[in-house]
Amino acid sequence: MAEDRIFGVHGAALQLRSQRLNMLASNIANAATPNYKARDLDFDRAMQKVQQGNNAQEAMSETAGYRIPVQPSMDGNTVELSTEQNLFAENAIAYSTTLSFLEGRVGSLTRALRGE
Amino acid sequence: MSGPMNIFDISGRAMSAQLSRLNTTASNLANARTTYSSEAEAYRALKPVFKTVVDRPGVATVDVERVIQSDTQPVKRHDPNNPLADEEGFVWDAGVDEAAELIDMLESARQYQNNVQVLQTAKSLIMETVRMGK
Repeated sequence: MAEDRIFGVHGAALQLRSQRLNMLASNIANAATPNYKARDLDFDRAMQKVQQGNNAQEAMSETAGYRIPVQPSMDGNTVELSTEQNLFAENAIAYSTTLSFLEGRVGSLTRALRGE
Repeated sequence: MSGPMNIFDISGRAMSAQLSRLNTTASNLANARTTYSSEAEAYRALKPVFKTVVDRPGVATVDVERVIQSDTQPVKRHDPNNPLADEEGFVWDAGVDEAAELIDMLESARQYQNNVQVLQTAKSLIMETVRMGK
């Protein structure tokens, strides 16, 4: 699983990016819920875990943590919209990047199959 | 709910929660400055109580758990000419803080927009993934 023959680490990376997109969406959804604690995963460490042979789901649950807010709010909510929106945008771009790596692989395979 | 929660459930339910918050704000503003003949029957601002719904670690959305009446006190006012006035000539204005309601309205509208944005981004990423290799 760690090093897929065709897709390399990009398959697992896409899975992690998609999980992280869900986590950040949950944080944005709960921006006004009292006592909600924002969560995120450490992407670098999750990727290391994947390269060590763990699957993406394990890597995600082992590296997930709670966000430390810059400025704690009185209702116990630790979502800071500026941080979350930034990370969401960054993660969306990274997802697109991984996707284009994958598309490149698929493209070269298709060309090889057609014998171009 | 069947199956694990996806990004459309997360943002979609957050949008409906924000929408019901917007609805309570609308009711509160509509009832602001209405008068009553006693403190007990006077309108008090309605507030939704948000609650996190956790699907699995790190994935959670939000629901309106219940709608409560706020403890903003109705304002007692002396107005003997008002047909609703009691025998001493007092009426009670609805317990609605209009400034706070307007701010609440802006905040929930902004958060609704945030969730729409999340949904749009997620949708285009999913569409790109579906079209991969074509």
